[in-house]
Amino acid sequence: MSIRLDKPWTEFSKQSVSLLTGHLGIYQLGNARGEIIYIGVANARSRFGLRGELEKWLKIHDIEISFFRVEVTMAYKTRHVELMQIFLHDFKRLPLANESMNVTSLGSLKAC
Amino acid sequence: MDFTLDEEQTMIVDIVRKFVQQEIIPLEKDLDPDADEVDHDTYAQLVEKTKAMGLYGLDTPPEYGGPDISMVTRTLIAIECSQHRAGLYVPCYNAFGGARQAQLFEATDAQKEKYLYPMLKGEKKVFFGLSEPSGGSDPARAIQTKAIRDGNDHWILNGTKLWISGADRADYGLVFARTGGEGRSGVTAFIVETDWPGFNVTRVVHTLRSAKYATEIHIENLRVPHENILGEEGGGFAIANDRLARQRVPYAAECLGVAIRAHEMAVEYSKIRETFGATLSSRQGIQWMLVENEIDLRSARLLVLDAAAKCDRGLPFRTESAIAKLVCAENGFRVVDRSMQIHGGLGVAKDLPLERWFREMRIRRIGEGPSEVQKHVIARDIIGASLR
Repeated sequence: MSIRLDKPWTEFSKQSVSLLTGHLGIYQLGNARGEIIYIGVANARSRFGLRGELEKWLKIHDIEISFFRVEVTMAYKTRHVELMQIFLHDFKRLPLANESMNVTSLGSLKAC
Repeated sequence: MDFTLDEEQTMIVDIVRKFVQQEIIPLEKDLDPDADEVDHDTYAQLVEKTKAMGLYGLDTPPEYGGPDISMVTRTLIAIECSQHRAGLYVPCYNAFGGARQAQLFEATDAQKEKYLYPMLKGEKKVFFGLSEPSGGSDPARAIQTKAIRDGNDHWILNGTKLWISGADRADYGLVFARTGGEGRSGVTAFIVETDWPGFNVTRVVHTLRSAKYATEIHIENLRVPHENILGEEGGGFAIANDRLARQRVPYAAECLGVAIRAHEMAVEYSKIRETFGATLSSRQGIQWMLVENEIDLRSARLLVLDAAAKCDRGLPFRTESAIAKLVCAENGFRVVDRSMQIHGGLGVAKDLPLERWFREMRIRRIGEGPSEVQKHVIARDIIGASLR
């Protein structure tokens, strides 16, 4: 598997989110241009895993979310960090909706 | 005693082994590391192949369209099917049809039309609601979910169920509730549809297991028609128990399959990995670990096939199935643990399936009757009966 989450996007809708499982893992949200705007995690405190986390985003209307994709993984913490590091490496910034995160707490990936 | 497989068994084992190696393992390169399902089209293609083999619906009785195979053959298939990353809990991603809710074979004709046949066709998903926060090993005593008669036509259920796999995505399932007094004869099995008011899946219970996560269900004034009782009022425990001994044998065999694969990986790795100028396989410490693996696997294999053979002979096999489950789970876990140790750091990385097998095998020592309960069953049988 690629380090980057390079699966095809799925259209972000109530219908498509309802088909998700309650597994733990990480997810990405994308805008209409297919750009990553948020990298999130469904951790052990999430009530309904990936489905629960994406359902929360259905109620948020001040961000334009057109697509999402997920990865089912029990190593959600380290995978989340890795994807954030890759994004930082690629774009020299955090995803728009992750901007409140403390960048200095993230390590860096040099060779991707 | 001749433990050789007959010609048909040899052929079946060979076909299933090739299916795992050529169809399943290549898929896993592109799946999420903790995935427990494949997409719909891939699943349909896999099922087409297992149907072509004549092996779809492994635990479906022949009169309902399942293959006519012995328990020994079923067990041999289970050993082969589980030998991939997700194999312990979703052998071949359920391409062979899986066990599902075998209790529904005891249903009335009307219940079969509505609930059994759609399940067998793969159109509907089903859950099994037995365990509760108060216990799962001893459901006869532990069940506190209550069902109270409401007029002639309905029952009202209230209670909580825990560790229920797949309830959040199921269409219907079995809920065991207390309709009578204490003990076995006070439990009744109800078929419940998940969209009925009062049936609430309140959370996913996250555990070590990657596949088939558990859920918690709150049942609040759930109205169930009387005609949805499965079997007799007060007959729920017998329904729950009846098929558990049969299912326990292939369940145990799945532990063995994963452990065999882990051991094979450890043997291969030990031959190529060098430390301090020599291969791991030249070190006595490693050799002894591999020997212990081999002995654990061979003894587990003989015991699980013994249980299967006794089942095929129509003899009581409760003790043998308990022994098989206990030994396969405990030995299997030790084998995976040693194999992980032999792989060093790579053993705990998600690059290999060992870490998933380690986590999921740990649960096999608890689920479907913990090892201690299996010992309790065996002790009761041997102390209460002659050794001859």
